[in-house]
Amino acid sequence: MIRKIVLLSITLGSALLFLVRLTTLQLLDTEYSEISLNNAIEKRPIYPTRGLIYDRNGALIVANQPVYDLMVIPENSAAFDTLELTQLLSFSKDELEIQLKKAKQYSRKLPSVIVRQVAKEERAVLQEKLWKYPGFYFQKKTVRDYVIPIAANVLGYTSEVNPNEIRLNESYDLGEMIGRQGIEKTYENQLRGEKGYAYYQKDRFNRIIGSYENGDFDQKPKSSDDITLTLDATLQLYGEALMQNKRGGIVAIEPSTGEVLALVTAPNYNPNILVGRTRTKNFSALLQDTVAKPLFDRGLQAEYSPGSPFKVLNALIGLQENAITENTVFSCNQGHYYARGAFMKCHCAMGTQNNLFEGIYKSCNSYFSKTYSRILDGAENSAEGMDRWKSYLNRFGLGNYLGYDLPIGKKGFIPGSTYYDRVYRKGAWSAPTVISNAIGQGEVLTTPIQMANFTAAIANRGYYIKPHFTRLNNVMLRDSLYPKNETGIDSKHFETVVDGMHQVVEVGTARIAKIKGIEVCGKTGTVENFIRLDGEKTQLTDHSIFIAFAPKENPKIAITVFVENGYWGSRWAAPIASLMIEKYLNGEVQRGWLEDRMLNGSLQEEYDKPLSGKPFAINE
Amino acid sequence: MNNNLIFRLDGISLIIYLALVCIGLINIYSTGYSEELIVLWNLENPIGKQFWFFVVSLCLLPLVLFIKPNFFDHLSYLILFISLPIVLIILQPDAGSALVFLGLFFVLLREGLDLRIFYLGLGMISIFIFTLLFDPLWVSICCLALILISYGIIKNNQQRTSKTPFITLMGLCVLFSYSVNFIFNSIFEQRHRDRFNIILGLETDTRGIGYNINQSKIAIGSGGFSGKGFLNGTQTKGGFVPQQHTDYIFTTISEEWGFLGSSSVVLLFTALICRVLIRAERHSTTFPRAYSYGFASMLFVHFFVNIGMTLGLVPTVGIPLPFVSYGGSSLLAFSLMLFIYLNFDANRLS
Repeated sequence: MIRKIVLLSITLGSALLFLVRLTTLQLLDTEYSEISLNNAIEKRPIYPTRGLIYDRNGALIVANQPVYDLMVIPENSAAFDTLELTQLLSFSKDELEIQLKKAKQYSRKLPSVIVRQVAKEERAVLQEKLWKYPGFYFQKKTVRDYVIPIAANVLGYTSEVNPNEIRLNESYDLGEMIGRQGIEKTYENQLRGEKGYAYYQKDRFNRIIGSYENGDFDQKPKSSDDITLTLDATLQLYGEALMQNKRGGIVAIEPSTGEVLALVTAPNYNPNILVGRTRTKNFSALLQDTVAKPLFDRGLQAEYSPGSPFKVLNALIGLQENAITENTVFSCNQGHYYARGAFMKCHCAMGTQNNLFEGIYKSCNSYFSKTYSRILDGAENSAEGMDRWKSYLNRFGLGNYLGYDLPIGKKGFIPGSTYYDRVYRKGAWSAPTVISNAIGQGEVLTTPIQMANFTAAIANRGYYIKPHFTRLNNVMLRDSLYPKNETGIDSKHFETVVDGMHQVVEVGTARIAKIKGIEVCGKTGTVENFIRLDGEKTQLTDHSIFIAFAPKENPKIAITVFVENGYWGSRWAAPIASLMIEKYLNGEVQRGWLEDRMLNGSLQEEYDKPLSGKPFAINE
Repeated sequence: MNNNLIFRLDGISLIIYLALVCIGLINIYSTGYSEELIVLWNLENPIGKQFWFFVVSLCLLPLVLFIKPNFFDHLSYLILFISLPIVLIILQPDAGSALVFLGLFFVLLREGLDLRIFYLGLGMISIFIFTLLFDPLWVSICCLALILISYGIIKNNQQRTSKTPFITLMGLCVLFSYSVNFIFNSIFEQRHRDRFNIILGLETDTRGIGYNINQSKIAIGSGGFSGKGFLNGTQTKGGFVPQQHTDYIFTTISEEWGFLGSSSVVLLFTALICRVLIRAERHSTTFPRAYSYGFASMLFVHFFVNIGMTLGLVPTVGIPLPFVSYGGSSLLAFSLMLFIYLNFDANRLS
């Protein structure tokens, strides 16, 4: 009997051994489940398609289009007709060989990209012959499609994330698109949405053999948000057309809301060239054009002397500070001596007596120099007067970033007493020293969007709303994000100034900007400017500037036009601004002759002058 | 009498047999499954073949049962004569066959094998394994100490004790433990050495030679308590475990049915083996008893080596899990063995 027990106990002992082992493996150790998941399950991200971008009237500006990356898995590849492939995709055999070698070095089993972003037309031709190329396949991707190819400077562009960005933000995967500039960058999170995941069952060769658990564990991606811009696509397109072959910018704002209607920079580029296979080549061409600087947004980043339009602000500050009243009269004798031996020229005739209204529409240098002197001298000392003057300008949004929703910008510059104390010596300067500020030619620098913004503040008679580029449907959010910014100048002081600006267009320097049936208020500017040419300060042809708003009562549009080296404000800037206003308010332009002149006019000759290496004349 | 035979049949064994074959069929189906329905009776795929072999086995059941037990007894000499050359397979360098024959020690043990030889065998295996793990010097010292202690105990209990067997034993142990390394390095082939090294943890390698055992453990371990469910085993679907429908079928069971499934299979086998062993003892004649012990022994060796292998307790030896693994001849052979056992058992009293 003992032998039977031995045999039974061997059997039972083995069973016990197995049960203990099973208990530890299956019930106590948890590591195996994780290993098994890594082993056999592949988690693949699903990207929501990038959000669409519309203009203020609901016109689709930016959509998405499929492109195809040609991929290869080296292990599955075999000898193929390289000539045919290179011809179909029009790229060189060397390039193909380099890419294939790279792919092999990277991994024999994992896919590598051979050709990026093949357009769907090219793909269609190759797709039906793809059976001849074992191991090759197309991987679909979506990139931007600019339905209306405008406003590249506002929209920005997208490109694949780089490894550095992935390190900073781990939610990005290699090959994913990221917004690089403009709206695409500012609203990256909304436009991108949130990616989801799909789980796949892998086999022992790391190949996907189907979805895992019929996709029960898959997480749906959170769809991206569409964005409605404040831009008016028609106006933007028109502005870009008017600015062709010129350099400069147009900024148009709706004064009552601060919504930017158009932001034109010239020269510009077609956003569609930064999509697809030629992207890299085109982008470096844009980047390397350091003369015309197509990537430089002149509307936001170019700091110019504001010129004569700045006189309007000095008039308002003078009124508020009681330095002048609307009836104050200053005399002008083709200019005036602002200090001993220092004469500032003006185009007024000898013996002219100007009141404020006349001073504005005649753009009298003497009038505003004297006003400016009174502002500074009215205070206890020049320093205090200067700082008070500066604080008014700051409240007009000058001298600092405006805080709009695009990632680039410039502060401009409004000098204060500390600046002049450093440049001269404390107490060693007074109004005559800094008199150029009175006519917008001194140390003051503004960007076109800042000028458009103070024009909007004048149109609103005393306040502005921060310019912005996207429309919000949520009224509460909109009001909290974009409150009224008071300029600190009483609205009663605006009437004379606005009347003066109206007169500028009616009978003054900008008669060309007059539009039948619309009361336009404006102010021209002709700004001296200098560059360093071969180490010498050289004066170039003046910049042509115009600020305007219309209609006079209840304004719908405030606009600034800046044309580099265009000479008189009335020669280029005023007509362009006038056409823009007419286009926006009337929907069509009656003055075909003016439109033709602006559309076809080119300043290229002017821009070539300093580069020619020969002596040249300016202001012709 | 024929009616009575049905009642005298060992129903429990038969039920366990049917359960094991069904478990086998379900899991073979799962290993071959790939998102599309497989037709059960299609001979093209493993599950179909296994199914038809099962059907054939069941058809043989009544035939085998109605044969008179004497028939096997009388025929045994003829069968022995015919099948004796099969024993030559032991000369082949195949560990599986050797182990199967070694398994017959159950019979020998029952029919009068000296227990000391059995213990000696166990001792040698222990010395072999310990010497691979530790220095032969330490193993020798431990063996000598153990033998001296047991000599002391026996001497205390019995007046007259011969020293010779103990001295012989001591010499044998020392000699053997020092020759283990020679046997291991010179007589074993590399694959055997690899298997031992992996099992004893002397080498860790989850990609090359240790791949099987590692993937097998992952499959079993990831099953958890209740498993991933029928057709949902990710290791099984991905084909990570080689030979999963044959030798490694236990990993599929463990992964998809969890601890519940795997322990059930272990318990079913234990119950069947114990039942055969207990029933075998009731035979009054030697032949059926020896046969039943032989059958239990076959079952045990296959059960122990196969499941031990998937659990990483026994070096890899390619033998199937009886009734469960895919393999028509294996299923047919084990079914016939079981049916003959049932025949003997049912006719015990007649």
